[in-house]
Amino acid sequence: MAQAEIPYQEAIPLHDPHSWITKYWFSQDHKVIAVQYGITAVAVGLVALVLSWIMRTQIGFPGMFEWITPDIYYQSVTMHGMIMVIYLLTAFLLGSFGNYLVPLMLGARDMVFPFVNMISYHVYFASVIILMLGYWPGMEGPTGAGWTLYPPQAILSGTPGADWGILTMLASLAVFIVAFTMGGLNYITTILQARTRGMTMMRMPLSIWGIGMATVLGLLAFPALFVSAIMMTLDNVLGTSFFMPAISTAGADHEYEGGSPLLFQHLFWFFGHPEVYIVALPAFGVVSDLISVHARKNIFGYRLMVWAIVAIGGLSFIVWAHHMYVAGMHPYFGFFFATTTLIIAVPTAIKVYNWTLTLWRANIRFTVPMLFAIAFVLTFVVGGLTGLFLGNVIVDVPLSDTYFVVAHFHMVMGVAPILVIFGGIYHWYPKITGRMLNDTIGRIHFWITFIGTYAIYFPMHFLAIPRRYYEYNVGESAILTQSMDILNQSITITAYIVGIAQFLFIYNLIVSYRRGREAGDNPWEANSLEWRTPQTPPVHGNWGEQLPTVHRWAYDYSVPGEETDFIPQDVPRKAQA
Amino acid sequence: MAEAAAESTGLASIAKDWSSDVTTFKGVPWGKAMMWIFLLSDTFIFGIFLTSYMTVRATTAEAWPNPSEVFSLTLFGTTVPLLLIAIMTFDLITSSGTMALAVNYGYRRDKKKAVIFMLATAFFGAVFVGMQAFEWYKLISEGVRPWGNPWGAAQFGSCFFMITGFHGLHVSAGVVYLSIISYRVWRGKYDNTNFEIVEITGLYWHFVDLVWVFIFAFFYLW
Repeated sequence: MAQAEIPYQEAIPLHDPHSWITKYWFSQDHKVIAVQYGITAVAVGLVALVLSWIMRTQIGFPGMFEWITPDIYYQSVTMHGMIMVIYLLTAFLLGSFGNYLVPLMLGARDMVFPFVNMISYHVYFASVIILMLGYWPGMEGPTGAGWTLYPPQAILSGTPGADWGILTMLASLAVFIVAFTMGGLNYITTILQARTRGMTMMRMPLSIWGIGMATVLGLLAFPALFVSAIMMTLDNVLGTSFFMPAISTAGADHEYEGGSPLLFQHLFWFFGHPEVYIVALPAFGVVSDLISVHARKNIFGYRLMVWAIVAIGGLSFIVWAHHMYVAGMHPYFGFFFATTTLIIAVPTAIKVYNWTLTLWRANIRFTVPMLFAIAFVLTFVVGGLTGLFLGNVIVDVPLSDTYFVVAHFHMVMGVAPILVIFGGIYHWYPKITGRMLNDTIGRIHFWITFIGTYAIYFPMHFLAIPRRYYEYNVGESAILTQSMDILNQSITITAYIVGIAQFLFIYNLIVSYRRGREAGDNPWEANSLEWRTPQTPPVHGNWGEQLPTVHRWAYDYSVPGEETDFIPQDVPRKAQA
Repeated sequence: MAEAAAESTGLASIAKDWSSDVTTFKGVPWGKAMMWIFLLSDTFIFGIFLTSYMTVRATTAEAWPNPSEVFSLTLFGTTVPLLLIAIMTFDLITSSGTMALAVNYGYRRDKKKAVIFMLATAFFGAVFVGMQAFEWYKLISEGVRPWGNPWGAAQFGSCFFMITGFHGLHVSAGVVYLSIISYRVWRGKYDNTNFEIVEITGLYWHFVDLVWVFIFAFFYLW
């Protein structure tokens, strides 16, 4: 059968870059945009890393540094949380992996609207700049309201940054959402309408399913944050009372009257819970591909993996109030949300079983990406199990606002996705640059990060002290025993070490770009389409004259009776005997 | 092949079509698919605006001002409730009609009429924004502010200015969008396409119109 021309894909010419600026700065190539997203996200992530050091220094060694005032401490806590969740994890997993992998894995020449995609990155960059304006010298500094930004405290004096800091934060979030929407519309439209010949939905690599579903969640959940950012800005600037009840501080009444702080919590978590899965689903997808490639075995239960991603995505919209058990909801609400929360453990457990069964009796190659992938599964199980405790109303109430919660969410949505990001970078760096990352440095980086994060977060489960305290031992009211102090100090010191190890990783990224071993087209002997480009790194337009044709799924590893242990997606099937 | 045919009936065949290669929605241009997805996201924005409005209206302790008194207009000595809003709604619904005509003429490749009706739509949109400005002016001169008003709960003004303002911005953006697209259609930028662009613009316009119907129902009639 003659191959029909794919509508739009092959008819529309690409905008080839002509100058340095259009090639590297205002580029419309999805691969360049992905790298731009990645570099910006890592840079802002390093800021958040330093902020976590400030915060841990205060907890581990209170009073050692005079300049860590309560304001600085709370601002560091807030900015660390917001940067990590939004500007690093979301931006990296969707902006960087999403942009790089979606067109390449689907066999497309680029995103469907490259111009919109380019604008998306620059608006994201603007949102980072606006966020950092919070530190503008002479102003009061960024907000210290905690990353959840709960009113009324977020905009009342007494909370650091109640005038300037909260405004830069809200403006930055609104701008970020605009950037994400432009990028997200592109990812979804590309996945739906721009796949190559033979790339049916059920042949897409799981990375694409994860990224696609996370983008759907983002497009439907970010509106809640957008709207609440607008309303809180109005409360702060114009003196409206959307979220502000009648309130008085130090005997003086404020102008506010009749608003609903609980409304903000509902809106925030209607965004905030899907946000957890916006981060987790791309990680699920990418890790499935890493495990399958490096275990030389097809992913166990592909269809179930796909439906688990879809089910988790759907369920994530009806569990948000489990963040609000202590906020004063109706108890029946708590019952409903506890039930839905525990139901979400079913598809998630299916995924963990399937990863384990993929590894079972596989021909595992312990490469650096594989180490990170296995570490992800372990960390995700540890973090996920504590989620079962926190999902139950009656167990959650005493655990609320303690380090048990901090340990839980850092394990499950902090460390686990970061491990996947590392794994993904080690895995795809050879495709992006044409060179391998240094293996020895990679292994050192892995072991320090993996053992270090356990040394940091595992003890926090037992260190069940309240969170967001600036200082625990004040005179007579000291509440920590000496053993708890020692635990806090050891956590802080480990945090320094793990943080420094990340600079080792960045050194590796920079040095290997010039000096790394030549990678060749397909160093991991993987099947999916991004390893089948005519050039490495892929050039603008990705595929040369003709788009590839897909004949099989992405997981034909170790097929019995075949000569090689991998059969790429664009290799035709043998004629049936 | 009989088995394959038997397999592909009903729901299974729909799933098979959607998950087939290249495109999920056959014959749908990229821009149209993208506009539909954007509108889905925008639906959530307006949905959350309206839900928030209903929540604060339910939680605020003070009485809510009576919309049919607040939004009445006195003409020739008689006070007619919701008169201006009725005219505005009529105007916007009319603009949807002209937009539908523009889409139809676009697909018939009648460029001239398509452009005329798109510009007519933009005109009705601009008239709507103008009437909204008049409504804001009237309410502001009567003492309604985002932080308070003479008749009751302060949230009345907050919600009113925020939601109608956000909708007004959408209409204004639509007027600009329509003007740009009609100029480009006229200049022949889309001559080698089926003029789907007119339909894509129309999708946005009808959406803005539909949102108004909900704002009208929840804000003015309740």
